[in-house]
Order: sequence, then C-alpha cells, then structure tokens
Amino acid sequence: MEPTLPNSFRTGPDEHGHFGIFGGRFVAETLMPLILDLEKAYTAAKADPSFQAELDFLAKHYVGRPSPLYFAERMTQHLGGAKIYFKRDELNHTGAHKINNVLGQILLARRMGKSRIIAETGAGQHGVATATACAKYGLECIVYMGAVDVERQAPNVFRMKMLGATVVPVQSGSRTLKDAMNEALRDWVTNVADTFYCIGTAAGPHPYPMMVRDFQCVIGNEVRVQMQEAEGRLPDSLIACIGGGSNAIGLFHPFLDDPSVQIFGVEAGGHGIDQKNGHAASLAGGHPGVLHGNRTYLLMDDDGQILEGHSISAGLDYPGIGPEHSWLKESGRVTYLNATDKEALDAFQLCCKLEGIIPALEPAHALAKVTELAPKLPKDHIMVMNLCGRGDKDIFNVAEHLGGM
Amino acid sequence: MTTRIDQRFAALKSEGRSALVTFVMCGDPDMATSLEILRALPKSGADIIEVGMPFTDPMADGPSIQAAGLRALKNGATLKSTLATVAEFRKTEADTPIVLMGYYNPIYVYGVDRFLVDAKAAGVDGLIVVDLPPEEDSELCLPALKAGLSFIRLATPTTDDKRLPAVLANTSGFVYYVSITGITGAAIPDYSKVAHAVERIKRHTNLPVAVGFGVKNAQSAQEIAVHADAVVVGTALIDALRRSLDENDKATATTVSAVADMVKDIAAGVQSARSKASK
Repeated sequence: MEPTLPNSFRTGPDEHGHFGIFGGRFVAETLMPLILDLEKAYTAAKADPSFQAELDFLAKHYVGRPSPLYFAERMTQHLGGAKIYFKRDELNHTGAHKINNVLGQILLARRMGKSRIIAETGAGQHGVATATACAKYGLECIVYMGAVDVERQAPNVFRMKMLGATVVPVQSGSRTLKDAMNEALRDWVTNVADTFYCIGTAAGPHPYPMMVRDFQCVIGNEVRVQMQEAEGRLPDSLIACIGGGSNAIGLFHPFLDDPSVQIFGVEAGGHGIDQKNGHAASLAGGHPGVLHGNRTYLLMDDDGQILEGHSISAGLDYPGIGPEHSWLKESGRVTYLNATDKEALDAFQLCCKLEGIIPALEPAHALAKVTELAPKLPKDHIMVMNLCGRGDKDIFNVAEHLGGM
Repeated sequence: MTTRIDQRFAALKSEGRSALVTFVMCGDPDMATSLEILRALPKSGADIIEVGMPFTDPMADGPSIQAAGLRALKNGATLKSTLATVAEFRKTEADTPIVLMGYYNPIYVYGVDRFLVDAKAAGVDGLIVVDLPPEEDSELCLPALKAGLSFIRLATPTTDDKRLPAVLANTSGFVYYVSITGITGAAIPDYSKVAHAVERIKRHTNLPVAVGFGVKNAQSAQEIAVHADAVVVGTALIDALRRSLDENDKATATTVSAVADMVKDIAAGVQSARSKASK
C-alpha cells in the first residue's frame, strides 16, 4: 500500500502511541500497568480545566512565562540575511525549557498520589528542574545521571543536591544518558507503588512522547502569539536543537500544519557524522530500532547493539530521538540537519560576543545552522530559533575546549 | 502439535516434580565455553534451558546479567553466533527445550521473519522477549506462534486479574511468573505470596507456571518448587560463572564445572520439593 500524506501532522499518536511505525509501548510487563494508569491519569487531567489553570499559574508566576521572543539584531546584521528571533526559554526559572514539562508531570504525580519522583538526566537541566519542582512540593527526588556526565556537569550536580535531590551516578554501560535512563527504568520496575517516573524528553513508552510534547507546546504556542504582535504574521522558519527533541517538538508542533513555515531540527554531529560512533545524530546516522519503550531512530551496530554516541553537549549525547521526530523525518515535514562540536563552539562564542547571551551548548548547535542558513535567505525571511537553555553550566567545559581562557 | 516444552512438562508431571529452568547468557565469557556449559546443563539437572541473547541495554536486568551480556558482546557475541551455538547444542541434545531470552532490538534489526526461520532451524523452542508486552503482540509474538515457536510471557505482581487474560491470551509453552517487582537477581521473594500468585494465575490458564527472579540456591529453589511447575534460576548461575573467571574475565578450567555444580545443587533442591510438600 502506498503511504499517504496525512491531512494533518498534529493528530498523532494513535491510541497505541504510534506515530506512523514509531513510538509504541515496548516495556516489561511490570511497567505496563503503570503506563496504562499514567495514560488514564493524563487523559483525565487534560480534560480538567483546573489542571491546566494550575499549570498556567505556575508557568506565569514560578517559571516566568511567557519567555520573550527577542529580535537578535546584531546577529541578524552580522549574518546579513534572514531576520533572526530567539525564543528565550533560557530565561525560564532553572535555565532551560525542561521546567515546562517537569511542572506538568509533577502536578500529575500529585494527582496520582505518588510521593517519590525519579528522573534521568544528561546535562543535568532536567535533573535540576525535577529537583526544583520536588523541593517546591516536598516530594522525594532521585536523579539518575551517568557517571561521565556527573563529572562534566558538576555545577548542575551541586544544584540538584542543594535542592534536596539524591543524585545517583550511574556506573553501568557507557555511563551517560542512555544508561541513566536504563537505571531509572530499573528503579521504576522495583518501586512500582509510590514512584512516578518523570521523563525529561519526548521519548520513552506511550504516553510520554505525547505528554512531554503537550507540556512543551507552550513554547510554540507563545511564539505564534508573540510573532503576530511583533511582525503581524507567521514566521517563515523555525529551528531547534535535538537530543531527545522535547524543546524542538514544543516549538514545532503548533506550526506543523502551517505549510508556509519551514522547520529545521539540528542533531549533534559530534566529531562529524562520518565518524563511526563519533556523533549523536540518530536520524542522520542511525536506523529504526527499539529502545527505552519506543521504536525510533537509534545509533546502533549491525547486531542491534546500542552505540554510545558522542557530543560535546551532554544534553544531546543520546543514541535515540523522540519517536515523533522519526515520523516527521520520514514524512518529510521537518528537515533534520546536524552541527559538529566545533561548529557549536563557534556559534556559542558568536552568541556571547554579538548578543551578550551565553547559550547552552545544546542550542548552540541550532545557532550553528542558523549562521549557515540565514545568510542565504532574504532579509524579509523571519527565522525563529529556540534558545532553549543558558550556558552557565557549560562555561568550564567550553573553557577547557578553548584551551583555557 | 506437541512441542519439546509440552513433552518435557508432561514427563515431569508424570514423575510428580517441578522443572528446573536454567538461564545462561550465550557467549559469556566466550562462545566455546558457552557451548560447553549448555552441553553440561541437561546432565546436571536442567530440564529447560533459557539462553540469553546479549544486549547492551537490558533494562529489566540487574548488574550480574548486565555484566554477563557485556562480557559476551566484548568477545564478539551476536544474535547470529547465539543461534549458531544453539544449533551446535542441538546436534547432540535432542530433548531439552531451548528458550531464547532477551530484548527486542537485536531481533528487530536481524529481521523478524528471518530470525524466526533461523531460530526454528537452530532448534529453538520458545522465546521470552522482555520488552514486548501483549500490547505489541503483532511485532513478534503472533509471527512466532505462526512459525511454531512458543512465546512465553512474563506475568508480574503488577499484572492484576483484569489484565491476566490479556497477558495469557497468546502465551504458550509456559507462563513465567516474575516473583518480585524488580530486576533480576534482586530481593528474595515472599514465598507465601508466590504460592498465592501461582494459584491466581492457574485460575486463568492450564499452562505450567514457572517462577523466577530471586531464586538464589537449593533452598529457595525448593521453597518455590513446592508451589510452582518450574523454578527459574539465572543470576545465581551467572554469579558462579563470574567467580570462576580469571582477572581478565577469561574462562578458566573451573568455569564449566562452577555452573554445572551449582545446577546440580539447585536441581537437588527442586527434586526434594515434592517429598517436602507431601510431608
């Protein structure tokens, strides 16, 4: 049967959690009843106006939303092409978009009567956001973090501990984000009664990819309104970095059915995607497979063994990607690019110098592609980049790469 | 069609005892040693053999089985070489059922149809794939049943009476009851709860019920065997194997016997369960 283009790109997933062939519920039986419960609870919460009202209140008064849509004037002049706007999600409380999703999940955990929250984290931004929300609501918080990441993201480890979370360095496997996720799943399988697993990206078994996306859509929804105010029209293109892809799907999703809006996702090209196991670009260098509860593009060898991947950015250093992105790639709606470590470092410095904003290394990957795309575009082309995290956590890492400063 | 698994359970039923199901990781620490271990298992008292398919990210397994899989992968184990080892085992052992156990991704990447053909040809009798719940039956379970392989499902303490029928619907061979919520090799289960759970499952199915996760020695095996049709032991064997390795994780002269001796010990526990029960 010929695949047909959908009438809408915004209707997924289906009732089994599938985006085309991607997504699904590939979990051990012990967890299956838990994710069914979660789906039921989320569906009920979504239909309850008081849930959304509480989330909106927190977004405004605790997170500081809406985050500004900022015209990056000097960057625009420097590149000499498209008009560039930054969506300033790095100004959120805790310094990244992660808090948007965490607050939604923590409110849901409270509705479900769960008292113990577990999370995985790579760069530590999701861990910090989770520790923050748990502190606010007096919930026990355990964060699994690869031992390698504990080392390279020391400031965030300290922040989580200050916020009262227990940070567990994961020593198994490659000791990065994927192993942290394995360990969090092992915890969940063991502590089923009182524990809520707060996943940090739009991946994992259904309903997580859908739920995390929904919570992050506040980004794109705000951009629609703000761009109307600023320019009186829709943007012409959107661009965001992708590890698991939650900041990107949050920006993209509200625009998927606007065909005039071009959409670009930027994966981590590490040392270059021609380098075997030297990058974290699952879409560019991987194949469909099944890991962590969903079918999606994965970095793996010919035997289906998962590769570690590499990126300078701990937040993008994951061998998979959210299943909706895999589907958006195959359907052709979103164009996926990648940026190397070096390109990201250059963009990082450019942003500091021209805009007085220290970006996280993750959105620096998106910015690297902005610097490539924008000069070729006309001056009336409006491009929105999601500046999804601030770079405070990265300054020592960057300094080291630049040979000390 | 009567399968090796059905025949084995029928024979044990007439003997009036439970089955001992042993789990070993294929290729741990290397394929040649693994084959020797597989060959030693039936004569040491293993009634059914679960052969682990190594995977980098075994998210329902504890540290012992994770490490075993990584040792095997480090020494070049693949799904293809795992199937070849089973085929080699089958040349000299016609009756002991072989159940492949692992995770879906290596099978998916190998190609489901090709995998089923090759597994059947190698003499595999059944599959346990941890991350394929009934919600994903169309992936592998239904094709496997069609290919004449048993698909053995895990039931857990979180599988309530409402959900059990769905879990059991396409299960064949036996049902594997995971006695704890947790990963392999974790806590010792509460035996009275296990007895209750086995009874609960048996109200829904005529299939034999095997119990695993937390069987550590002859005594815990005996406690379980009183209540269950089969006892599964895995982590304890992997730990015995690991203790026999040299400092570079290479097999030594005692590796095969370390596993075989522990199987003999646990088999004695399983076989004494009936006399204990009838006391």
